Amino acid sequence: MPTDQIVQYCLSGITVGSIYAIVAIGFNIIYNTTGVINFAQGEFVVLGAMTAISLAARMPLAIAIGLAVLITALIGGLVELLFIRPVKQPTVLRLIIITIGVSILLRETALHVWDEKVRALPFFTGTEVSSVTLLGAHVSPQVLWVLGACALIVAGLSLFFRFTLSGRAMRACAANRTAARLCGIKVRWMVTASFMLSAGVGALAGCVISPVTQTQYDMGAPLAIKGFTVAILGGLGNSAAAVAAGLLLGLLESFSVSLFPLAYQDVVAILVLLAVLCFKPSGLFGRRGTHAPGEF
Amino acid sequence: MRFRRYAPIAGLVLFVIALQLALSAAGAAYYFTQITMSVYYSLVALGLCLLMGYAGQISLGHAGFFAIGGYTSAFLTTYNIAAGGGAARLLQPLGLLVDQQDLYGNAVLHLSPWLALAVAMAITTAVALLVGLPVIRLRGHYLAMATLGFGIIIYRVVLGTAGLGEADGFSDVPPFRLFGWLEVNGRKPFAVQNYYIAWTLVAVVMLLGANLVRSRVGRALRSIRENEEAADALGVNVARYKLTVFVLSAWLAALAGAFATHYRGGIGPSEATTFKSIRYVAIVAAGGMTNLWGALVMGVLLNFLSLRGVFGSYDDAVFGAILIGIMLLAPDGLVRVPRIFRRIRKRFDGSLAA
Repeated sequence: MPTDQIVQYCLSGITVGSIYAIVAIGFNIIYNTTGVINFAQGEFVVLGAMTAISLAARMPLAIAIGLAVLITALIGGLVELLFIRPVKQPTVLRLIIITIGVSILLRETALHVWDEKVRALPFFTGTEVSSVTLLGAHVSPQVLWVLGACALIVAGLSLFFRFTLSGRAMRACAANRTAARLCGIKVRWMVTASFMLSAGVGALAGCVISPVTQTQYDMGAPLAIKGFTVAILGGLGNSAAAVAAGLLLGLLESFSVSLFPLAYQDVVAILVLLAVLCFKPSGLFGRRGTHAPGEF
Repeated sequence: MRFRRYAPIAGLVLFVIALQLALSAAGAAYYFTQITMSVYYSLVALGLCLLMGYAGQISLGHAGFFAIGGYTSAFLTTYNIAAGGGAARLLQPLGLLVDQQDLYGNAVLHLSPWLALAVAMAITTAVALLVGLPVIRLRGHYLAMATLGFGIIIYRVVLGTAGLGEADGFSDVPPFRLFGWLEVNGRKPFAVQNYYIAWTLVAVVMLLGANLVRSRVGRALRSIRENEEAADALGVNVARYKLTVFVLSAWLAALAGAFATHYRGGIGPSEATTFKSIRYVAIVAAGGMTNLWGALVMGVLLNFLSLRGVFGSYDDAVFGAILIGIMLLAPDGLVRVPRIFRRIRKRFDGSLAA
């Protein structure tokens, strides 16, 4: 394989990898405060992108994206208030089933609101044909936006969790719910807040990737399972490791295209998931036997 | 005890016969096709009910096993061995091949559906063991995602493989002659007997299931669901039981897939989607999780309504709403058949004593 082709594969791997990482971070935020995996995470990505696409027809792109993130965050909060909070005996099985139900409802809502057409946001800078040359490979400037957004989200979240009161309160809920409640933290509202934050992050991811990958109502589930693969690979709850794991999976996937037919691309990622679950369920960077939520 | 165990099954048999007579008398024979398909789908739900309700293990990939059963049968009974020649012909004297002529009068040689079914079950066993071995170590989210992943792999494979018809699937799968005049066939003259074939399968499974959940195995499974560590400490071989029930439920799904494919004369990738798997979970949840009768009633009812097109373009949304609604409002499900029978029995016992 010539060098520039390798660089090309690497760049495309890094791009999809950072997309997966952002989805994985969305999983981690909710997992850390509630211990629940939100199967509707992929739907937040779709909702964010679709809302932004509709809004972008009427207002400048930046405002449309900001509004879309806000709206999706509100939907995320609403989902928690309506469907998660009222559960009487919140066992893991019940919560899994509920979030699956939510993901179906959100997907069907998206189908009825936006139909089946494939849509896309306009490229943030340049057009679909403009390209930047990087180490001899050609990439769309949108790729740089994706990488930038990923870096921004990771940095922003780690600052939020480390230095703000709400961020610290959320971490306290993750570490010990009872202790957090005794300290006067409103644990229930922190859970709602984590759903909002996670939905917002998902929506932002959806907007940034929309010009490259395009958006369709049913792309949430595949994204969610890749994001989950990455979250597990890095160790549930550990978002810095999720970025590393995301890049790893992205590279693996993009190089797998040169070996297997494109139709089997998802299969590669899922086989990785099954292998990790089988041999090292605590993740590549996790300690053995600990599923406890870690620091952000 | 005996009465309590078998009375509901006798009731089921009577109901099935009454329904057939009523439909035939009313000239509403066109319902038979949809009922038969619903019954096959509810067979998958029964297997999943054993897995979810009695062993506490979720599976989001059971449509995958349905597809393995259906696709294996479809492939083997439509693949023309005559073109391949050679070793396969050795099966002919054993009566394992079916001679046919295609549209143009050429001789076509297919594998017998019985052999295809046997191969399908063997493949299902192998796959279920392969998936099950790592999966039984997992719980909660991990198990859910692993089985979801398995389902997606099967979907991608049937969608992306040319030999399996890609997006079109198979469309002219031959009927399955069980013996003599009895065959799994979707054509109109066979409607009534296929109605009974499907119900017979379900009745047998209910009979075995009712005995299973009351046996040592059933108690072991329930102990695993309630508390895995405690079950382990009491000497229950947790891993073995989990794997057994996983394979068992995979068999039921594959069996349903094979029969439904012969009945409908084809299968497509839509049978293997994640949504189909989730639908089975919704049915089991609506039936009350630890309730085979609930799974059966809901399986037949919901699939029938869905096949009739009652839910229109909101078909998927209805099942999503069922999942949420059941979990929030009625975690014990909607159907309480055993309770009704218990009441009847009490009255029956009372009248005997008097």
